[in-house]
Amino acid sequence: MKLALNYREIEGKSTGFWVLLGGLGLLALLALGATLHMEHSGHYVTGMSNQIVWGMPHVFAIFLIVAASGALNVASVGTVFGKPLYKPLGRLSGLLAIALLLGGLIVLVLDLGRPDRLIVAMTYYNFKSIFAWNIILYNGFLAITIVYLWMMMERKMNTYYKPAGYVAFVWRLILTTGTGSIFGWLVAREAYDMALLAPMFIIMSFSYGLAVFILVLLAAYHWTDRPLGNAILYRLKNLLGVFVASVLYFVAVYHLSNLYATEHHSVERFILMDGGVYTKLFWIVQILLGSLVPLAMIYHPTIGKSRPAIATACALIIIGGIAQLYVLLIGGQAFPLDMFPGYEVSSSFFDGVVNSYSPSIWEITLGLGGVAIALLLVTIAVRVLRFLPESLDDSVVDPHAAKAD
Amino acid sequence: MKDTSKPADPSRRDFMSKAGATAGMAAVAPGVLLTSPAVARPADEKVTSDKRWGILIDTAKCASGCTACVSACETENGWGGESNTEKQSSDEQRAQWIRKVQLKEKATGHVTTLPLMCQHCETPPCADVCPTGASFRRADGIVLVDKHICIGCRYCMMACPYKARSFIHEDLKDQKPWAPRGKGTVESCTLCVHRVDEGGTPACVEACSSEGHYAMVFGDLYDDNSEISRQLEQHGGKQIRADLGLNTGVRYRGI
Repeated sequence: MKLALNYREIEGKSTGFWVLLGGLGLLALLALGATLHMEHSGHYVTGMSNQIVWGMPHVFAIFLIVAASGALNVASVGTVFGKPLYKPLGRLSGLLAIALLLGGLIVLVLDLGRPDRLIVAMTYYNFKSIFAWNIILYNGFLAITIVYLWMMMERKMNTYYKPAGYVAFVWRLILTTGTGSIFGWLVAREAYDMALLAPMFIIMSFSYGLAVFILVLLAAYHWTDRPLGNAILYRLKNLLGVFVASVLYFVAVYHLSNLYATEHHSVERFILMDGGVYTKLFWIVQILLGSLVPLAMIYHPTIGKSRPAIATACALIIIGGIAQLYVLLIGGQAFPLDMFPGYEVSSSFFDGVVNSYSPSIWEITLGLGGVAIALLLVTIAVRVLRFLPESLDDSVVDPHAAKAD
Repeated sequence: MKDTSKPADPSRRDFMSKAGATAGMAAVAPGVLLTSPAVARPADEKVTSDKRWGILIDTAKCASGCTACVSACETENGWGGESNTEKQSSDEQRAQWIRKVQLKEKATGHVTTLPLMCQHCETPPCADVCPTGASFRRADGIVLVDKHICIGCRYCMMACPYKARSFIHEDLKDQKPWAPRGKGTVESCTLCVHRVDEGGTPACVEACSSEGHYAMVFGDLYDDNSEISRQLEQHGGKQIRADLGLNTGVRYRGI
């Protein structure tokens, strides 16, 4: 017989809870300090320049935003695709999506040259700009996910949660298409300018979002001593493996498409062979440590059943994801614009040379602050509201699997 | 081609004689003009799309090592140069509205130099991507940044194929009243819009002529009688990254 599913706030009285809260709060404060320093002095204190205009804050912000839409996937699998196993995770999935998106947006906004003009960004819209559309998509995502969560959590509204789940699912696909198109529609730069980036960002979101979700789930249940059964965990990690492999497929298609066009050979050569830090990050961190190693760990018959190994694989996927965005964003800007094919170009404004970038401590702190704010929101939310089931034991989520054991 | 023999109407002739706008105007017979004079647009008159301002740059005349156009722009608009107030910024971070680029053809070793600035595209990618509409194109083709609604996101800099835009990384002092600049916002060549609106020529073009190179010609691309249109018709002109189809206002010869 299936046991009742009870959601309950975490106790939140242990020293560990307060240490976690304090640690995350401190990081968020440091990020605030870094922002004040950057905005007071001007961006000259950062590693960003007129050559590398988007830096570390953007890598973190885009990672968080992409992961946010992916984190909602777990809820979508339960609602849209009707998999009962995933339904108990729906609330955490929605919460994580909101928290990650807010974390990412905070980083993005605080890096603006004029963050004080946020109201301008909200009131002046250029509808031809995909960036402006993204502002609408992000706000819509927050609103829709909040409604979706409300319908999941409020018993009286339960009947409507399915349509809300459909809307949220479609919206999140459009949102990540928008995020990918921020780069995909930049015709000027060779590393971007490809429609493939939109679907690639969607599959990246599946992977990053689920990796973050599993890591948070493992931590939450381990630290609160709540039972977390293997049935749900193994299902999630196997799904994650499929997503990581899919990202690899898209990365391969992206580079092969570029390699087929002779005009893009030099940018591919830069990323894949001669790009120094970008080449190393691509092969060693993104491909090897961030994709192949976790794939092997996830599907290994014995290692794949170890919780520390699954957690490590998730962490590696997250690190690999950040490396992937770093290579795409920064590497794409480091490679010089090709304005004069067939010529060697030089100028006082660094034309024709590979641009250098070393992120400052301020930018890194701001980026990490975004992560901290997202996790802080999750920690507080699960303390005050009923997001987490008391038990995710196999007998609760999947009695069939429990019987088979 | 426009009918160049059409006599100017009396009021126009009257205006021109009063204004004494004779520079660049060659009258071969009474009332017959070969080139149109630059006429100031009254401040209360709307900018229209009857004109399309542009610059033609002849790289064969552009002297290697000469940076008169760059210096003139610096002085006119208050960036760079000796009195650069971007003291804290690194070279990579300092603004450059116009720069001299040296090109060496890989196959032949032939060296060319040219000034590169905002190309004042007819369909500017910077304006397309700007979330707030701060980047915009005036009806007469001049691409500008509205510093009041620029939020400093730098997406325009990501989108510009010419790296023509700069972000201001620190507080600035001693700005020119006609070229406001501000920390945290993006800026670029304005085609000396303040001069153009008074019937003048961009500082870079003027400096190039003063140096005796005459490598730059400024004018109305829509006016068949303008010097720039006549030269373009005669010799042709290329756009940098013409493959993008942006229909730039700045054209080049000899590349």
